[in-house]
Amino acid sequence: MTTYETVIGLEVHVELSTRTKLFCGCANEFGAEPNTHVCPVCLGLPGSLPVLNRTVVEFALLLGVALNFDVPPSSIFHRKNYFYPDMPKDFQVSQFDEPICVDGWIDVAGERIGIERAHMEEDTGKTTHMGGGGRIHDADYSLVDYNRAGIPLLEIVSRPDMGSAEQARGYVSELRAILATIGISDVKMEEGSMRVDANVSLRANSTDALGTKVEIKNMNSLRSLGRAIDSEIERQSVMLDSEEVIIQETRHWDEVAGVTHGMRSKEGSSDYRYFPEPDLVPVAPTDEMRKVARESVPELPASKRERLISDWGIGPSDARILVDDRALCTYAEAAVAAGGSGKDVTNWCTGEILGYLNEQGSTPEALILRPEGLAELVALLADDTLSRSLAKDVLEECLATPVMPREVVERRGLAQMNDEGELAALVDEVLGRNEDAIAQWKAGDEKARKKKRGFLMGELMKTSGSKGNPKVLNQLLDERLGD
Amino acid sequence: MTGAMTAVETAAAVRSGDRSARSVVEEALAAISEREEELHACNTVLADAAIARADAIDAAVAHGEDPGPLAGVPIALKDNLCVQGELTTCSSKILEGWRPPYTATVVERLLAAGAIPIAKTNLDEFAMGSSTENSAFGPTRNPHDKARVPGGSSGGSAAAVSAGYVPLALGSDTGGSIRQPAAFCGVVGVKPTYGRVSRYGLIAFASSLDQIGPFATTVDDAALLMETIWGPDQMDSTSIPSRPDPIGAGSDVSGLRIGIIEELTDVEGIAPEVRASVERAASGLEGSGAHVERVSIPSCAYGLSAYYLIAPAEASSNLARYDGVRYGLRVDGADVAEMNAKTRAAGFGAEVKRRIMLGTYALSAGYYDAYYGQAQKVRTLIIRDFAQAYERFDVLLSPTAPTEAFKLGAKTADPLAMYMSDVCTIPTNLAGHAAMSVPFGTGVEGLPIGVQVLAPALGESVMFTVARAVEALR
Repeated sequence: MTTYETVIGLEVHVELSTRTKLFCGCANEFGAEPNTHVCPVCLGLPGSLPVLNRTVVEFALLLGVALNFDVPPSSIFHRKNYFYPDMPKDFQVSQFDEPICVDGWIDVAGERIGIERAHMEEDTGKTTHMGGGGRIHDADYSLVDYNRAGIPLLEIVSRPDMGSAEQARGYVSELRAILATIGISDVKMEEGSMRVDANVSLRANSTDALGTKVEIKNMNSLRSLGRAIDSEIERQSVMLDSEEVIIQETRHWDEVAGVTHGMRSKEGSSDYRYFPEPDLVPVAPTDEMRKVARESVPELPASKRERLISDWGIGPSDARILVDDRALCTYAEAAVAAGGSGKDVTNWCTGEILGYLNEQGSTPEALILRPEGLAELVALLADDTLSRSLAKDVLEECLATPVMPREVVERRGLAQMNDEGELAALVDEVLGRNEDAIAQWKAGDEKARKKKRGFLMGELMKTSGSKGNPKVLNQLLDERLGD
Repeated sequence: MTGAMTAVETAAAVRSGDRSARSVVEEALAAISEREEELHACNTVLADAAIARADAIDAAVAHGEDPGPLAGVPIALKDNLCVQGELTTCSSKILEGWRPPYTATVVERLLAAGAIPIAKTNLDEFAMGSSTENSAFGPTRNPHDKARVPGGSSGGSAAAVSAGYVPLALGSDTGGSIRQPAAFCGVVGVKPTYGRVSRYGLIAFASSLDQIGPFATTVDDAALLMETIWGPDQMDSTSIPSRPDPIGAGSDVSGLRIGIIEELTDVEGIAPEVRASVERAASGLEGSGAHVERVSIPSCAYGLSAYYLIAPAEASSNLARYDGVRYGLRVDGADVAEMNAKTRAAGFGAEVKRRIMLGTYALSAGYYDAYYGQAQKVRTLIIRDFAQAYERFDVLLSPTAPTEAFKLGAKTADPLAMYMSDVCTIPTNLAGHAAMSVPFGTGVEGLPIGVQVLAPALGESVMFTVARAVEALR
């Protein structure tokens, strides 16, 4: 089998988290009763006219700054004409050859990925096909919910700069982190607020012209994006090996079967008869709006990761986990601000706390343990008041009830015994009543000795009520056994 | 018609309590019932709502309140303007049974000024036509001669004013649809500057050209209506954000520079008596102190061609929504695509279908540059040429229509001949400027002729001044 070079470009649709829709005052809200967030404008009733939501332009300008775009002096809307029952006007108001953002890029794992453009457009309604196979063509009837019609979208179109599923995932992951950071979308692939379509083509050599591209849709997680691309690469490789012709088409990712299926071509081919939308005027962001955008973009994920790595001394993978989870990162930063060491706070956050959140299906904002409490816990561990296992005990309680770690330690008398004299007496006492075990330890082979030593250590911890400093006890035990 | 009160007089009488709005409305309803059967100017008569509003206005006056500058004035609305809860048809079968859940901005402003909508008037389907013969509900007839058309597409509104149903009406003008029927029916008709009047609630034909405007029997009445409906509206992004200055009551044209557009006046197809009316108006204005000369605006000659690409292109998109899914007519089919197709086949008339096809073609891949793109360039040229003319002239004059009103059926078999009747009015829409038609003179058949007064964007004040002067020459 020949090895081919893979060329991937991604189109990412992002639903913006504005209060209202793109062209009217209806609420932009997910999950409401069907057809309750509608008005003459988003229903495209005869005589209605669109008025652009200023916040959408502001969001696009933020995106422009974050993704290193040029924002030309003005951009315009076009109409994309095609018939579909989920489109109230039977055209979509979108941007075509004069979009608001052009020529951007981001760095992903040290590689620069070009971004051709980002443009504003309205979302369509949502159709549910009843009966038949759930597809429009064999349904008995269809229901349309226009709540989604007119929700503002930004479509972000990358250049065909990616060479693997891994890199495509990295790009989307970075994009998602940036969008979350600038706060313009809740970027949930599972709920459809971030939708990724991939254009995949193969060629034998990087110097050849681009191969025929196939568009794949319907990936609702990063994982399915990666699987879908790999599956498509495999499909195209097999075809090219057997000299089959790849046709330009749109394919639908089947998550369960793990393959892509060809979709029926869109009605009436792809002549959308774009022309400038006469009901809207050109969008010309003022210098003031541009300035506000430049000044409002917070620290972006890449530089934040670098800062945490260097300031806190944590590893790149922990830094990514934190920065990708804004709420967790905010929590950790608050704990560090309250005096916790960055590295220790990170360990707890990406370990036990993240585990707890996943298990509970909860979020950092909802944690009973406040960041100050985590800082205190980390300090109790650092000054040997608590052993790691005691600290886990304390954490468990602090995650369940509103108490500070020190209170738990004091109430339960959990403070670790660190005093060498006290611990030596304890060792003497325990060894004194376990002479059999010592004898067996002396007579035993390597394996038996290890076992008996473990037993004695267990007895020591038990007798200390789990509070003995295990490091010191180990040391004393070694001394006594003369090992 | 003669002896009927103007809107200005009626509003004054109602505001002062000299006349009840109820009696005004009853008189209008009587006029409608007297002639409506022969004229068919109205699609819907809003009798009950009008009487209820009249009573409310009379009650307000009795309480010492002022119902507004159009108190008690009955008005007819072209049936492409949305009025909440009332049938709004565009004279098309495709909107069968549809009642808008909202009201057009202009109608809201009329109501706030005390006006009383009394009828929704007939039009060429979706405002596409020049004779009101393209209505799915049958043609409207010219009150001056019922064998003749009232012009179009706002023929119902023009006829309603001309027949004395109402002193005022609203129409919409995309390529001449207010001015040409005003000329044919012998009334005043105004196409305001694009963006001066909100289009919110006007069912679109061609969005970049459509503009709502007044019909009236006098220039003063037209000005009163204009000042009621115009001004910025945040529901229309293309509405001009500045507040307009009052039109004023002037009629002094001394010192004004007035140009007669050669390409719209001195060419084949303009009836001699129409040209003579323009000449007579011009010399009258000259006699009142204006400087009049001929001006050439060469690109005007290409206006019609450009218009019949741009307007259908926009229409093909604007009318896509009538697909049977959400409202209006639905003809079932085996699947959604067939339902769309059958609904549109049954719901649209021949002229609407012709323009949808023309427009779809003009926007298609591979043809866009040659048709729609080229037409936009012509539009830019027209704007440039008019701008040059307005450096030398304050207003321009031309005929409103090439001929007086023609007979029903005379042009229905020849779309191109029909299109030619808008040749004088179309350039204004392409330029986005203002223009109005003032009745002046009669043709060989004794029917009214209109003289068109054209002004640059936002030039309504000087336009009305000249129109008043022309009116005074009659």
